[in-house]
Amino acid sequence: MPRKILTVDDSRTMRDMVTYTLKGAGFDVLEAEDGVKALGVLASTRVDLIITDINMPNMDGVTLVKRVRAGGAHASTPILILTTESGDDRKASGKAAGATGWIVKPFAPEKLLSVVNKVCPA
Amino acid sequence: MSTPTFGSDELAQFRRTFFEECTELLADLEERLGALVAFSSDVESLNAIFRAVHSVKAGAGAFGYTVLVGFAHRFEALLDRLRDGKAELDERTLAALVAAADVFSALVDLARQGEVPADDFGADVAEELGALLDGAAPTASVARPAEAAPEAAKPAEKSYRILFRPNAELFRHANEPLYLIREMKTLGELTVDCDLSRLPPFDAFNIDDSYLGWTMTLRAVCTPAAIAEVFEFVDDECVLTIEEIAAAVEPDEASPVVAVAATVATTVAPPSDPQPSGSKPSESKAAGKTGSISSIRVDLYRVDRLVNMVGELVIAQAMLAQQFTESHSHDDPTALQGFEHLAGLTRELQECVMAIRMQPVKSVFSRMPRLVRDVGHKTGKDVRLEMAGEQTEVDKTVVEELADPLTHMIRNAVDHGIEDAAERLAAGKPAEGVIRLSAQHAGSNILIHVEDDGAGLDRDRLFAKAVEKGIVPAGAKLTGEEIDELIFAPGFSTAAAVTDVSGRGVGMDVVRRNVQALGGRVQVMSTPGKGTRFTLVIPLTLAVLDGMVVAVGWEKYILPLTSIVESFRPGRGQIRVIPGGGEVVSIRGEFVRLIHLARVFGVTEAVADPCQGLVVLIELANGGKLGVVVDELIGQQQVVIKSLQDNYDPVPGISGATILGNGRVALIVDIEELTRLYDRNARIADALRQPIAANA
Amino acid sequence: MAEPLDLPSIGPDAATAQTRQFISFRVGEDEFAIDIMAVREIKGWTETTVLPNQQDYMLGVLNLRGTIVPIFDLRCRFGLGLTTATRSHVVIIVAIGGRLLGLLVDAVSDILTVNAADIRPVPDVDQPIDNAFLAGIIPVGDSMVVLLSLENLFANHGPANAAIAA
Repeated sequence: MPRKILTVDDSRTMRDMVTYTLKGAGFDVLEAEDGVKALGVLASTRVDLIITDINMPNMDGVTLVKRVRAGGAHASTPILILTTESGDDRKASGKAAGATGWIVKPFAPEKLLSVVNKVCPA
Repeated sequence: MSTPTFGSDELAQFRRTFFEECTELLADLEERLGALVAFSSDVESLNAIFRAVHSVKAGAGAFGYTVLVGFAHRFEALLDRLRDGKAELDERTLAALVAAADVFSALVDLARQGEVPADDFGADVAEELGALLDGAAPTASVARPAEAAPEAAKPAEKSYRILFRPNAELFRHANEPLYLIREMKTLGELTVDCDLSRLPPFDAFNIDDSYLGWTMTLRAVCTPAAIAEVFEFVDDECVLTIEEIAAAVEPDEASPVVAVAATVATTVAPPSDPQPSGSKPSESKAAGKTGSISSIRVDLYRVDRLVNMVGELVIAQAMLAQQFTESHSHDDPTALQGFEHLAGLTRELQECVMAIRMQPVKSVFSRMPRLVRDVGHKTGKDVRLEMAGEQTEVDKTVVEELADPLTHMIRNAVDHGIEDAAERLAAGKPAEGVIRLSAQHAGSNILIHVEDDGAGLDRDRLFAKAVEKGIVPAGAKLTGEEIDELIFAPGFSTAAAVTDVSGRGVGMDVVRRNVQALGGRVQVMSTPGKGTRFTLVIPLTLAVLDGMVVAVGWEKYILPLTSIVESFRPGRGQIRVIPGGGEVVSIRGEFVRLIHLARVFGVTEAVADPCQGLVVLIELANGGKLGVVVDELIGQQQVVIKSLQDNYDPVPGISGATILGNGRVALIVDIEELTRLYDRNARIADALRQPIAANA
Repeated sequence: MAEPLDLPSIGPDAATAQTRQFISFRVGEDEFAIDIMAVREIKGWTETTVLPNQQDYMLGVLNLRGTIVPIFDLRCRFGLGLTTATRSHVVIIVAIGGRLLGLLVDAVSDILTVNAADIRPVPDVDQPIDNAFLAGIIPVGDSMVVLLSLENLFANHGPANAAIAA
């Protein structure tokens, strides 16, 4: 069965790019547009990896990471945060919240796949 | 950064989506900006604008619209400062935001039409953004550290020995050593040895702990940095050393040792502990000179977790002790002694842990000389700043929260406190004004003074302005001190003319609110002609509070111990009912207003007669006194502060909550809010009934 | 501790899998339901600490393993009077918009698995409960269960304000 990945981003462009890249590599991809919606998806579906943006309305990425790590079915699911180049402090706060690693935006498809491979090989 | 290499069809499709999204984001941005112009303190709007700019930037980066990205970057940086309160949203900034939104939107249009903007497009606005950014408090720069130092390594095969020992944290963050080792394999020829020596006997095995380590030997054409990159995500969650083995192809290079996130000297960890804490060494070079490590740098997150855990421990200990005394009464003196010992240790442990978070106020104080210079320069005043007690320590969070109020007060002191040189000379003072900033400990509080030798508060003007603003009635008779207090009234700005320096007059009410949010208070003392002194009293930490547990009906409340002067049961003759229905208690010749906690909070079945209950005498931030009527005192206790607002809205009169020994929640009373609440309730009551005649 | 919920996907990519699950419970004579995904925990009633000067359906706060959680009386929220809570009453802890809150109900009844297409709109008839609180009607056998809109029930205590904190 293909690995299932949830991508969380309020930008449709970003979601499209992530989804396209991952589907092309044989992953099954779910989407959510903010942290709250992501929690909704996670409550009903087991995924193998979560990729989340930081800056989102309703619930930001760092809070989402904290929520997921706090307990439940996905407490030990790998989580990658999407950050911009200038986001060193965001990287740190995401990491402190329990994120597994990060991907720097903008990204090349190969880079995304290589990072995903490091935490959740296909 | 490499550019994405999507196929051209997909890229065109993504681009269409991007511009569709831009249209929505820009519309939202316009709307939010409108809201911001109308209500300048709208944090939600700032957040939304930031997100819009940020989203456009992320997409623009993906399609290589560099001019747009560059502009968005500045725009976003300024918005971020505003969001964090590190820059002020004044007229100038607002104008810049509006102009920036226009340029931003134009840049998106150009990108949409496939045109490259001229080099100087929007340069003036970009410059203004830059100027505003430079003007804001110099905080963490936006520049990022270089990804990995440019490598000029020649492609020769080398041998490395890599030691990798994950700690438990690595697993908690869902990293998997196996994947990392596999990734290593892609670099070259890898041999792996697993170190099982730290595996405990089966019955001592803890599934959440980490016991394994790996020693790898890698022969590959790569740099140490490339190896380090494999462990990029985990470098502070493991012990990792990468060393080049001398027996490599090129013997002329003296094997350099690259220690990526070296471990703390293992002696720090007790031998039984299978995982060294993995903290980074702090300035190991400096420490190396003295021959021993005197400090380590620890992730704040770990400290916070420790603080929380100890907080829970304090509660658990209190609960256990209470359950024990309830069930065994006093028939077991040894156990009782044990509990007391445990209580002592727990408290000591908590103090030790809190001490880890303590930092000198120096980091905030050190920003002030420049501020005084700048503001002095702008206002043409000659001002000297004297500081004392910079080494006084206070909780890290408090230090950070001090920056805004202090900046504001110092700016005010230069701008409004100190007179012009001519005026000073005329008053027989030296031309140079002096501002003193000092900090000292007082019990579990920190005391900060901001003092100037200026003209003192202009009481006539303050009063006139208060009347004009409808804060006090025109005929009111106020003492000098009461008039001074008016500067803390909401919406009150001390500047006669709005000056360039103090902006649009976000006044001392904001300072008071900030300080109160820290559980502290601020007082002013002014002597006409001699100067003004502000005193801030702030608890050393936000995590715990020394409280007095009081009972009111069925409920228990916590009063902050720092505000309590004394408590007593008044005699019948001490109580007076004043016209209008209010009550006062006379104590040592002073009349103090009484407030029934039960009435303010609507608690039924509480003691109604102060002579049957107790009066807790409170000193307010403004120096005034208040008698709070409660049923009885339960006892003094250090409580762990919990926020109500994580899951609910702010409750007037309540600053937070804590969990008592019996597991129940008790509310912490916001003393300063009490009078306001009481007055509001009284006004409602007054509207419903005629004033009662004096005397009881 | 929460078991992994093995429910059919309702993620945006699963347009075809259309069953949803609800927890149903009783308030007075009526059966109501809420989305199972919002439910974090179900516990027996214990005394709360009353918050001053709140609406009467706000019963106060509870200590849920170190977290302070506000509790609401659903019956009272519907305008049907205060519940006299006893140990046999149940509090359903739900997460709305990043906040946790507890709902006091009489008893939990069942877990319903429903075809999304079977959820009916609320007919516009005169009845004691504010229509805004109702999200739909689920037919169960001969009777029906009313699906609640948690967002509207606590519109003034929740998601809108929670966003700033996050």
